[in-house]
Amino acid sequence: MKSVFVYCEVENHKVAEISQELLSTGKKLAAKLGCRLEAMVFGSNFDNISSQISPYGVDRIFTANDDRLEPYRTLPHSAIATHILKKEAPQIVLFGATSVGRDLAPRLASALNCGLTADTTILDIGDHFVKKEKKEYKDLLYAIRPAFGGSIMANIINWDQHPQMATVREGVMKKEIFDDNYKSEIVEVDVNTIVNDEDFVVKIIERHIEESDVNLKEAPIIVSGGYGVGSKENFEHLEELALLLGGEVGGSRAAVDAGFIDHNRQIGQTGTTVRPKLYIAAGISGAIQHTAGMQDASMIISINNDPEAPINSLADYVINGDVGVVIPKMIKFYKANAK
Amino acid sequence: MRPLKIVVLIKQVPDTRHVGPDAMKPDGTVNRGKLDTVFNPDDLHALELALNLKDRVPGTDVTVMTMGPRRAADIIRDSFYRGADNGIMISDKRFGGADTLATSYTLVKAIQKLPTYDIIMGGRQAIDGDTAQVGPQCAEKLNIPQVTYVEEVISITNDEVVAKRRLSKGVETVSSPLPCLMTVHGASPACRSKEAKRVMQYKYARTNSEIRRDDEFMKTLHAKRPYLTIPEWGVEDIDADVTKIGLPGSPTKVKSIESIVLTASEAKVLSESDSDIEMMIKELIEHHTIG
Repeated sequence: MKSVFVYCEVENHKVAEISQELLSTGKKLAAKLGCRLEAMVFGSNFDNISSQISPYGVDRIFTANDDRLEPYRTLPHSAIATHILKKEAPQIVLFGATSVGRDLAPRLASALNCGLTADTTILDIGDHFVKKEKKEYKDLLYAIRPAFGGSIMANIINWDQHPQMATVREGVMKKEIFDDNYKSEIVEVDVNTIVNDEDFVVKIIERHIEESDVNLKEAPIIVSGGYGVGSKENFEHLEELALLLGGEVGGSRAAVDAGFIDHNRQIGQTGTTVRPKLYIAAGISGAIQHTAGMQDASMIISINNDPEAPINSLADYVINGDVGVVIPKMIKFYKANAK
Repeated sequence: MRPLKIVVLIKQVPDTRHVGPDAMKPDGTVNRGKLDTVFNPDDLHALELALNLKDRVPGTDVTVMTMGPRRAADIIRDSFYRGADNGIMISDKRFGGADTLATSYTLVKAIQKLPTYDIIMGGRQAIDGDTAQVGPQCAEKLNIPQVTYVEEVISITNDEVVAKRRLSKGVETVSSPLPCLMTVHGASPACRSKEAKRVMQYKYARTNSEIRRDDEFMKTLHAKRPYLTIPEWGVEDIDADVTKIGLPGSPTKVKSIESIVLTASEAKVLSESDSDIEMMIKELIEHHTIG
């Protein structure tokens, strides 16, 4: 039976945000293919988990409820997912490009001997003509992703080794409830017939999950720094400005790599994608790796010593100057002029 | 405790972190000639973690392994200079065009040629694809546990490793039996520098295909010091099935690529003078962008 499958991540007995985004996208793909949307969700103590999934228009939900399945561990999740996917043989399987999805999906791809495209930002359905075989393949998954540091968008397809699998970046797809009263068929997986002791050899000793105190996605204003900020100390000015404006501080990959700012504040292709009202880019040259994650900001201010910095072509205001000079002035004049 | 056998999977990659405007040709394809090649950054972190374990467990053997074109032997020499004991080059035209599935198959066939191993390591991901797939795929094919995004090895015994993992929203400490595969996160310590003594010792390390036929000096030197010869394995050496390697073994194919052109907009260009900055702040407040 044709279908689109979504692997749903669970954190604290709740379906993760990214999985809700994937269900919405999966629904659209299923509509184009005229097939069912199905989900799999593995965890513990989640009596109402299906009610969190059904409204996205999911036709069947495979649940595995067992204390040993939450928090996520590679081997048991991989064993159960492999079992389901081998049996159901769907067309398409989607995962979040998170530390869970990026750990699980490649292991499954190897077990199922199929293709997997990482970090996609656009998914679509289309055809492809294979010259060698003189054959037109219909209704393939177009898994589109930035590549080569973000300088190109590549459309990756897989016509002969199904399922077609992809991980999808967080915050790129929109989550939309399909129907609050949608009825899903629930299939309870018999965990003990699938997993064995070997699947639990890796043990979690300790775990600290930061309940995202950093909420870059929701921030209306982001003050973001790059390598050009120069030091961790200079970043404090950015923090001061962000606090004053009611925004958050972000950074480019180069700033994170240099240790100026924490990795969970990274904006760009391998960090968070943001769409704030105002984005202040301080000392950021604008490698496409970075701009891919912020180019949809309503207004962009670029502060840079280099008048030719690529990011300037995106900016509404270009300030040719030193970050260490400009930011304190912005703080000063904001305080002087704000009502 | 007993010495460990560690294999570090490394990759030479185009330096996508420094993509200039000339890195793309007008037709939208990548101008590889304009990109330098580098030792994949996360793989250097993996090498450091392996060398760190060698410091902690005397007698440990660190072997680096790479699949790539002939010039990728550069990163094997680089690894020798930093402290690796052995290097293996997997090179054959037929391996070309491999996606992650075909790459992991090839690496695993090579790993299975080794008499024994305790830990397979690699960087979390390579900067040319950022996929983070090859590690978990190798672990599945070897039927061993995987510990991804490792930041630190907290302890190691004869049969178990305890490691701290860096997750997208936190950290996790796990124990895994050996053998296992670890992918190493860039948040782990940076790799130690090259040692002058080791550079002298290994600067003539070459694969056979790097040595010109008429290079008598190099041939004599390698005959005298066999450790300078980097083993080079092709399809037959690792008993690979040709339908599972290279392009034929890769289910994912690139249908099309499109270069991204930044859209130009009409920007106000300002200086860092007081008047310019104040004018901008006033405009932003007036338009309710801030304030």
